[in-house]
Amino acid sequence: MPVKTMVEAIRETLADEMARDERVMVIGEDVGTLGGVFRATEGLQAKFGEHRVVDMPLAEGVIVGAGLGLALSGLRPVVEIQFLGFGHQAFHQIGQQVARLRYRSAGRHSVPMVIRAPFGGGVRTPELHSDAFEAFYAHCPGLKVVAPASAHDAKGLLNAALDTDDPVLYLEPLKGYRLQRDEVPEERYVVPLGSSRVVREGADLTIVAWSAAVQLALQAAEDLAAGGIDAQVLDLRSLVPLDVAGIAAAVSATGRAVVLHEAPLTGGFGAELAATIQQECFYDLLAPVHRISAPDTPYPLAGIEEAYVPSRARVVREVRALMEVAP
Amino acid sequence: MTRFTPPSEPVEPLRILDSSGALLGETAMSDAAVLEAFEWMLLTRTFDQKATSLQRQGRFGTFSSVRGQEASVVGAASALDPARDWIAPQYRELPAILRHGMPLENFALYFMGHPRGCVIPDDVNILPIQISLAAQLPQAVGVAWGLRQQGRDGVVTTFVGDGASSEGDFHESLNLAGVTKAPVVFFLQNNGWAISTPRAKQTAARTFADRAAGYGIHGAYVDGNDLLAVNAVMVEAVARARAGEGPTLVESLTWRAGAHNTADDPTKYVTDADHAAWEGTDPLARVESYLRRTGALADAGYAEIQARCVAEVDRALGVAQATPAPGAEALFDHVYAEPFARFEQQRAAWLQMQEA
Ligand SMILES: Cc1ncc(C[n+]2csc(CCOP(=O)(O)OP(=O)(O)O)c2C)c(N)n1
Repeated sequence: MPVKTMVEAIRETLADEMARDERVMVIGEDVGTLGGVFRATEGLQAKFGEHRVVDMPLAEGVIVGAGLGLALSGLRPVVEIQFLGFGHQAFHQIGQQVARLRYRSAGRHSVPMVIRAPFGGGVRTPELHSDAFEAFYAHCPGLKVVAPASAHDAKGLLNAALDTDDPVLYLEPLKGYRLQRDEVPEERYVVPLGSSRVVREGADLTIVAWSAAVQLALQAAEDLAAGGIDAQVLDLRSLVPLDVAGIAAAVSATGRAVVLHEAPLTGGFGAELAATIQQECFYDLLAPVHRISAPDTPYPLAGIEEAYVPSRARVVREVRALMEVAP
Repeated sequence: MTRFTPPSEPVEPLRILDSSGALLGETAMSDAAVLEAFEWMLLTRTFDQKATSLQRQGRFGTFSSVRGQEASVVGAASALDPARDWIAPQYRELPAILRHGMPLENFALYFMGHPRGCVIPDDVNILPIQISLAAQLPQAVGVAWGLRQQGRDGVVTTFVGDGASSEGDFHESLNLAGVTKAPVVFFLQNNGWAISTPRAKQTAARTFADRAAGYGIHGAYVDGNDLLAVNAVMVEAVARARAGEGPTLVESLTWRAGAHNTADDPTKYVTDADHAAWEGTDPLARVESYLRRTGALADAGYAEIQARCVAEVDRALGVAQATPAPGAEALFDHVYAEPFARFEQQRAAWLQMQEA
């Protein structure tokens, strides 16, 4: 099976889907001639033309709002927000309009659109580019939010996102774009939205993560294994819908849960998971659910981002401490 | 008979200096003022070159150079009075914020990723560099409106790119400025590109300056590679704002001579023909030959200016590089004016974690 980077998997899936379904259209800033600032759409305009791969005026609000309109007209737009940090400029369209149009039209209209946005840090971007604000979006009823951690899932989840009639925010890890490489089948397949996966078996505790944090959890798990702690790693893959049964099964099996994310602590998606786990697994828990996150401060300039984004050593240290908590 | 406005004719930007540095009209700028402006331009060019090579060596962060737009930025700044006027910048206007009093080392530190780079001295009237495109514009209107409301002197100049002028914030700001008659100048640098997206994909309007009419404000269209013309237009716009006559939208037609930023590869989208169309428009060369014609600049003078620029860039980069790396405590500085217990606990925990 061919090994691909995440960005390659995304690019090829877009190309396959555009070839398969002529309703699929790509719009965004710099997606055409340049092929996106991360080259996720490279070559698509040459292949499918300027009417299906469109360089838009620089305005996220109208890009998303027009995407909504394109979807209503019968197309299947894939909208690129260059960095999720600039999703704020489109938040009124995403949170207030795209997410709830179906509800507001009593089911008359659905919005089959995918909004792709790179997010997260660790790659020394300029200010405001690395914010991990997935929780904002998971809080918007009507919107699905997925965050692949592997090239394999990037393809399967993108296909699932294109298949559903609901709007999907599809988050891509800046850090994993080129670093993450794994096997991607050539044929079309779907990773169902709302299906988590156990990436690493383990008996002592469960680390719940998504996107770039999954690799971090796996690395920490290696170090922990060397010290005799057997960590299970669960990749959520999708925040909305959330695989509650999968999370409950994983955490109940180990009795301890750590949620790992690089967004700030307060109101982060980790809070949602902690509450869910507490409710679902109360009698199996041997220790409180622990969150490892960034602090409640803005994403800093690159010079101190190492102190901001959770590190491998920190995960190991905090997991060790959690293992000390006596039932 | 048609009921609609016919498409407008092409229009030429105001120009005072031709590309060989010869005067086409009158200028109110003294030779001394032009010399001073030239030094700001050359300083920026020197910094751009130095910082780009440091960036290649991994000693400087991603930044956007001013190369090609020096006359535009400096021409605009030369009409402002740092003691009372304000600047709300984007990120590509280094000489304007320097002239207004921002230390060069702070700018360098910012792009080296050091939080100290965010420091703006108390008596320097500028807002922080803006990365979120067009977000500075509503703020600029607010500052200008607020100054006027309090009977305080001061005009706000805000810089924006052709790309950013597609954002909703741009339109909302021009509209509000028109309604409030806030003393603000919107200085739009049309440098041909928003990363890879050409100007033609941002607007179907004849010029960006034409948009002013729709907001009921003044518009001006100027050759941004002509220092004297930019200065002339800005002096007028600032005077009008000061006199309570309201805002102006200035479109400065220029050319981004290099990449969008140090992470960009323009060979993917800028053609040789694009470049050829702008060949010979280097704003530094134009000002230099003008000054040589007037006799205000000779080889010796040039060498002196150049030496001062190199010394200042070396000094500032030296200070920046000698600044100790930030510690984790800097994450928590300046987040709240009145921090609270839970926040302080988190700060303490973070510091302890760094020691571990
Ligand atoms: C709201 C927002 N969207 C996207 C970006 C990413 N981005 C950074 S610069 C840029 C192009 C800006 O072009 P323009 O406004 O013409 O200014 P220039 O860089 O040409 O000076 C883009 C899309 C951003 N910084 N902010």
